[in-house]
Amino acid sequence: MELVQIQRRLVDYTKSLFMEGFLDAQFLQLQQLQDDSNPDFVFEVVSLFFEDSEKLLNELTIALDQPNVDFKKLDSHVHQLKGSSSSIGAQRVKNACIAFRNYCDVQNIEGCLTCLQQVKQECYLVKNKFETLFRLEQQIMASGGSVPTIELGF
Amino acid sequence: MNSSSGKSYMSTASSSVLWKAGGDVVADQFPAGLRVLLVDDDPTCLMILEKMLKACQYNVTKCNRAETALSMLRENRNGFDIVISDVHMPDMDGFKLLEHIGLEMDLPVIMMSADDGKNVVMKGVTHGACDYLIKPVRIEALKNIWQHVVRKRKNEWKDFEQSGSVEEGDRQPKQSEDADYSSSANEGNWKSSKRRKDDEDENDERDDTSTLKKPRVVWSVELHQQFVAAVNQLGIEKAVPKKILELMNVPGLTRENVASHLQKYRLYLRRLSGVSQHPSNLNNSFMNPQDATFGPLDLQALAATGQLPAQSLATLQAAGLGRSTAKSGIPMPLIDQRNIFSFENPKLRFGEVQQHVNNNKQTNLLHGIPTTMEPKQLAGLHHTAQSVGNMNMPVLSHSSQSSQNNPLLMQMAQPQARGQMLNDSTVGLAPRLLSPRGQSMLSNGMATNVSTRIGVPENIRAPSYNPVSQTSSMLNFPMNHTSELPGNSFPLVSTPGISSLAPKVAFQEDVNSEIKGSVGFMPSYDIFNDLNQHKPQNWELQNVGMMFNSSQHSNSLQGNLDHTQSVLVQQGFLSGQNRNSTVISKAMFSAGDCSGHVNAQNSNQHLNSLLDNTVRVKSERVADAAPANLYPDHFGQEDLMSALLKQVGSFFSLYDTDGDIILLILTSKFPIFLQQDIIAPAENNDFDFDGYSIDNIPV
Repeated sequence: MELVQIQRRLVDYTKSLFMEGFLDAQFLQLQQLQDDSNPDFVFEVVSLFFEDSEKLLNELTIALDQPNVDFKKLDSHVHQLKGSSSSIGAQRVKNACIAFRNYCDVQNIEGCLTCLQQVKQECYLVKNKFETLFRLEQQIMASGGSVPTIELGF
Repeated sequence: MNSSSGKSYMSTASSSVLWKAGGDVVADQFPAGLRVLLVDDDPTCLMILEKMLKACQYNVTKCNRAETALSMLRENRNGFDIVISDVHMPDMDGFKLLEHIGLEMDLPVIMMSADDGKNVVMKGVTHGACDYLIKPVRIEALKNIWQHVVRKRKNEWKDFEQSGSVEEGDRQPKQSEDADYSSSANEGNWKSSKRRKDDEDENDERDDTSTLKKPRVVWSVELHQQFVAAVNQLGIEKAVPKKILELMNVPGLTRENVASHLQKYRLYLRRLSGVSQHPSNLNNSFMNPQDATFGPLDLQALAATGQLPAQSLATLQAAGLGRSTAKSGIPMPLIDQRNIFSFENPKLRFGEVQQHVNNNKQTNLLHGIPTTMEPKQLAGLHHTAQSVGNMNMPVLSHSSQSSQNNPLLMQMAQPQARGQMLNDSTVGLAPRLLSPRGQSMLSNGMATNVSTRIGVPENIRAPSYNPVSQTSSMLNFPMNHTSELPGNSFPLVSTPGISSLAPKVAFQEDVNSEIKGSVGFMPSYDIFNDLNQHKPQNWELQNVGMMFNSSQHSNSLQGNLDHTQSVLVQQGFLSGQNRNSTVISKAMFSAGDCSGHVNAQNSNQHLNSLLDNTVRVKSERVADAAPANLYPDHFGQEDLMSALLKQVGSFFSLYDTDGDIILLILTSKFPIFLQQDIIAPAENNDFDFDGYSIDNIPV
């Protein structure tokens, strides 16, 4: 595939992620931080996020599995997940976390369980999206091209 | 001048140039190089923020734990210009970190969180954060954080700049130093900076620092303790920076430093008090239904006041011992006192109390009541009452508590150390001895100045105190655990005469914390002696739930421990009926000069343990002494009174479980006893002050 085509694909793909709500403007901020001195910054941060989120999700699963659910702890984990997901721009994950927190507040275990599933799902989805994105980027880089910056019109 | 010393504000030399030029001119490079300390437990955020800050050209140090951040800050106080911290962190709450930083280092702190709820943001404001960022944080928001640094510096430098041009640089510090030290801001700044940098040669640095960064006063633990001591001495309500500054007497400290520190401290206390409201244990404890049967004893109130001057006595007598006048007719100040003490004892176990005292920072109940004042604090005490306070008399509820005595005594000291000095006014505890009915015994006439807020908490549980345990706590001390202590009920000895006890009739209500009353006896009294002599009134002894003999030494506080006479509250003996030894034994005092024995021992029945004094109240003795009916109901309060009056005042202070003094009751020369007992032991309690034997006092 030609470089230009790949680049176009990347742009379109990224735009679609925004359109579908997987990513939000914060992601752009991350992208802006990336520069020559730190060419893999976005990749590094996103990887870190997924590493961390996996731990958090495990903790959440365990916490909800307890006979006596500690809602405070639950809330604290979800809060953190919310913070980090919002920091990388993973909007849907963040929204799922917000819903999750609401159930924690009312101590609704069923609701929490459902939300946990949702958060996990969203994480999984966005992870895949990112992987595709990075792959495209790599292809571009490998072809000697530069990754186009996304200009969002909204 | 640039950062020759590691302390310069900016690591980059260039920035210092501009700063030097004078404060508000922003260096070309500034805010580049701003030294930011970033604290967040979320690694993703940490990484992103770090990158962003670096993109702003700041000098970033990141850490993911609050403890780490604090230690970094402590090690290198001048190493950072601003701190950015997350609110929710596992090891320490972000707001707590914020407080620490504010108190210790006085750096601007920005809070951030994914939580944008109004309450949280408000919390940030009240805790003193200079800004609050909502996650996800955008780089634009970070670009401007330098404004907080400048703002803070500017405010601090204002005076400095006015006093001399900043440009003077090197000389400036010197000048200010030479200048009249009364110039607070400058002086403070310079002094602090000076303090930090030992040698004068660092003018350059100082210059840099001053221009770049005002030297901050480092509030070390010691300094802070001095501050707290001064504040307690003055009373939190009355503590003004100027006076605190004077009391602290720390060279180089400016009024402004103190003022800002005071502000933070107040916030801190407010927060604490909001959190730590004791669920009125005091009330409960006071009224512990356990045996305490306190007879309304006005005298007690008297006793409590410790400082009852002769005139007061007269008044008391006139007042008919309050008994009649007492609201309930049976004021049992003494009893209450007893209780108070007794519970105190238990609480105060020596070891415990001390620890408590030490640990407890919060409520200084007795502001100014120097029951255990630290020497420094003691110095401030001006009331004799205070001194009385020192004498911690272990009011031991009889019988079982023998062990308590000591603790009491000793403890008293400790709690005080916490700086709980009853404020001046409170020293005179006017025990509000409230009769069970809640009438204050003192009001009966005894109005001793002692306002004791006695929350006789469960401590006094000694069942043995039956007679005493009347609920009519004589001391109805509003045991306010909070700092309000000082304020309230201590009418302080200064009230001559017997002023009616504080209005707080039911201290139960007030009691909100466990109070350990510690009774301090002023040395040199030998109530017992007197009592003994009063055969006809044997009840005296018996009645004395607590006999305090305290000479009104105004400053005995200091030495109190030495003098502390363990006072055993004798409970129960009051009641004519009971003259059981228990009653008497409750109070052990070591009358006379206690030379250092603070150990209040009290074997329940024998007072003697305490001191070498001649007067030993022994339960048996007392009982023996008393004629068959100790006190007929009418026992003659007058008699009692006179007996009491003869004694040297004593005081006792109550400490709460934490070792904070809650109440200091000054009594003047008369034993405190529960009238109730004398009169009708059966009454029971509204307050449960019973004579708890110290041992029994549940802690």
